[in-house]
Amino acid sequence: MSDVRNKAAFDAAARASNYEWGFTTDIEQDFAPKGLSEETVRFISAKKGEPEWMLDWRLKAYRHWLTMTPPDWAKLDVPPIDYQDAYYYAEPKAKKALGSLDEVDPEILKVYEKLGIPIEEQKVLAGVEGARKVAVDAVFDSVSVATTFRAELEKAGVIFRSISEAIRDYPELVRKWLGKVVPMHDNYFAALNCAVFSDGTFVYIPEGVRCPMELSTYFRINAENTGQFERTLIVADKGSHVSYLEGCTAPMRDENQLHAAVVELVALDDAEIKYSTVQNWYPGDAEGRGGIYNFVTKRALCQGRNSKVSWTQVETGSAITWKYPSCVLAGENSVGEFYSVAVTNNRQQADTGTKMIHLGKGSRSTIVSKGISAGRSDNTYRGLVRVAPTAEGARNFTQCDSLLLGDRCGAHTVPYIEVKNPSAQIEHEATTSKISDDQLFYAMSRGLDQEASVALIVNGFAKEVLQQLPMEFAVEAQKLLGISLEGSVG
Amino acid sequence: MLKIENLHADVDGKAILKGLSLTINPGEIHAIMGPNGAGKSTLSYVLAGRPGYEVTDGSVTFQGEDLLDKEPHERAAAGVFLGFQYPVEIPGVSNVQFLREALNAQRRLRGEEPLSGGDFLKRARAQADALGLSMDMLKRPVNVGFSGGEKKRNEMVQMGIIDPTLAILDETDSGLDIDALRTVGHGINTIMRKPDKAVLLITHYQRLLDYVKPDFVHVLAAGRIVRTGGADLALELEREGYGAIAA
Repeated sequence: MSDVRNKAAFDAAARASNYEWGFTTDIEQDFAPKGLSEETVRFISAKKGEPEWMLDWRLKAYRHWLTMTPPDWAKLDVPPIDYQDAYYYAEPKAKKALGSLDEVDPEILKVYEKLGIPIEEQKVLAGVEGARKVAVDAVFDSVSVATTFRAELEKAGVIFRSISEAIRDYPELVRKWLGKVVPMHDNYFAALNCAVFSDGTFVYIPEGVRCPMELSTYFRINAENTGQFERTLIVADKGSHVSYLEGCTAPMRDENQLHAAVVELVALDDAEIKYSTVQNWYPGDAEGRGGIYNFVTKRALCQGRNSKVSWTQVETGSAITWKYPSCVLAGENSVGEFYSVAVTNNRQQADTGTKMIHLGKGSRSTIVSKGISAGRSDNTYRGLVRVAPTAEGARNFTQCDSLLLGDRCGAHTVPYIEVKNPSAQIEHEATTSKISDDQLFYAMSRGLDQEASVALIVNGFAKEVLQQLPMEFAVEAQKLLGISLEGSVG
Repeated sequence: MLKIENLHADVDGKAILKGLSLTINPGEIHAIMGPNGAGKSTLSYVLAGRPGYEVTDGSVTFQGEDLLDKEPHERAAAGVFLGFQYPVEIPGVSNVQFLREALNAQRRLRGEEPLSGGDFLKRARAQADALGLSMDMLKRPVNVGFSGGEKKRNEMVQMGIIDPTLAILDETDSGLDIDALRTVGHGINTIMRKPDKAVLLITHYQRLLDYVKPDFVHVLAAGRIVRTGGADLALELEREGYGAIAA
């Protein structure tokens, strides 16, 4: 599928500068007033047509946020952020439900084009049987993707909605779980998100249902502009299974932009959630000007027996990343996994890792982290493995590998291990290596140019993680790794 | 095909090659022998374009073009293959993926269509079979966990798949047992013994030359070729040692 797309992507790369997906579109925006106050929170809530309880919840979070201070324990140099000098809400003008792709703002379609993704393939990207059907026999003037997906999902009983819609249509379900995994007072950025989240995704998989397709927000990101303060809640009921993909590319901006998303996952008995992310927000220029601050709180509650959550992330973008997708392993024999590739180049900073909190008997966790640093960047793995007294027979395996390109970057590994049950087994392995001149020359002598050689070696290094990604995502992620490291050697 | 004239090269500021000249014509197999430190490996790296091996004087042309002007990958695309004395491990990258990407990169540079996955696998299987390496080995990461002999066979499989015009084989015989030596020797003959191809064999010992008969044998000492002869010269060297010849 990717040849057409590659060509378009390469063309797009040629047009744009270093950040080949850096472009802005001038879709008319409907802004909330600048700055952050209770008024802003009320504006957002009103704009969304939210019920009273939701507004109250937001206001409570906002008031709590005012009493908090930003975390400073990460190995990050974060410039002070002026929260009054930003807009907290913007949406594309055309808001009515889309009957067909014809109704999509042509500017948005152009964005897709620049991303090198033919319209039909946006549908295919989700990796869906139904989408493939659409892709073949209907192009522009047919049913919208969203509608088609929705019909197929509804047949299975799956709820896949924007969180705003879900708050309106499924208030009990949302209310039951929202803020239960990541409480509003959890941390500074989570509290901020609770107050001002603009949109996001809600997924509910009913008991015993295996979601018939990979769920992706990819095709919605530009259309609904959910980027800045996204809120995702996924609930997998007993014995259900879902794979969710999240990918993002951001328009290039000069000023720094704060992104503070919250993702909550809940897995009940025997349920499984696989959550995959490819993150490619604008990283700033070579000197570190501009770029997104990506301060994300992602956490899963493995509440049920034998429940399982697997996080896979490929982080290549953002000026600063502060992100620890975690699992609370409450259920007996529950399983948590974290597979991560984090690439930093130029002046990027990343402090990322996971927390595996073992509460349930026989709970198991696996952590595989691959950090790649280049340029003058800093890349930190920070991970906590905690075994509570109740977690009889808990097991964890952690592997942290760092790869350095050049001699001005930093790789740091900060594992925290707290074990309160003597029957637990914890393993931690860590390595640090450099791409060797031998490897580079060997690959080049076989015909690969320098950048292709670096990309090949780096992809080999990250393979264990990349192979966790769904196929279509893996292809994209491999390219992304190469692109992110262009110009970092020699 | 290959014309080396008065080649001088430094490594870390130290002169290693000091006026080496050598001409290789299509269809010829040349062996370069010599004591440790004579500059044999340096010659192979200089020809393949390894960074850090600095040419200070002289010229090298390949098929009439200035070879020294090209990047290593461009030399590969032009048809030069270096068989490594110590093949390098690339964790996480399968041989198949590595070779297919490399081969198609070469083809792109030459303006040829890339080889499809099916055609590539066919070619890879044929070469692996010929050199007694299983397809399973080819699916494993490049050289990771391979024995010394397997690594060398793998170099030959790579050579067979890439199908170069000029092969520079740096001590391909080291680390091989007798059976492997025979297989590798047979591989070199099959792949490279053709009227439009040529081989530069770099070796310490005569034993590989039992299987790959050279048209010329050169003795390299202190950065220059001090003597040239036919296949017999290798036997003479084996008998009398480098000291007697190079003196």
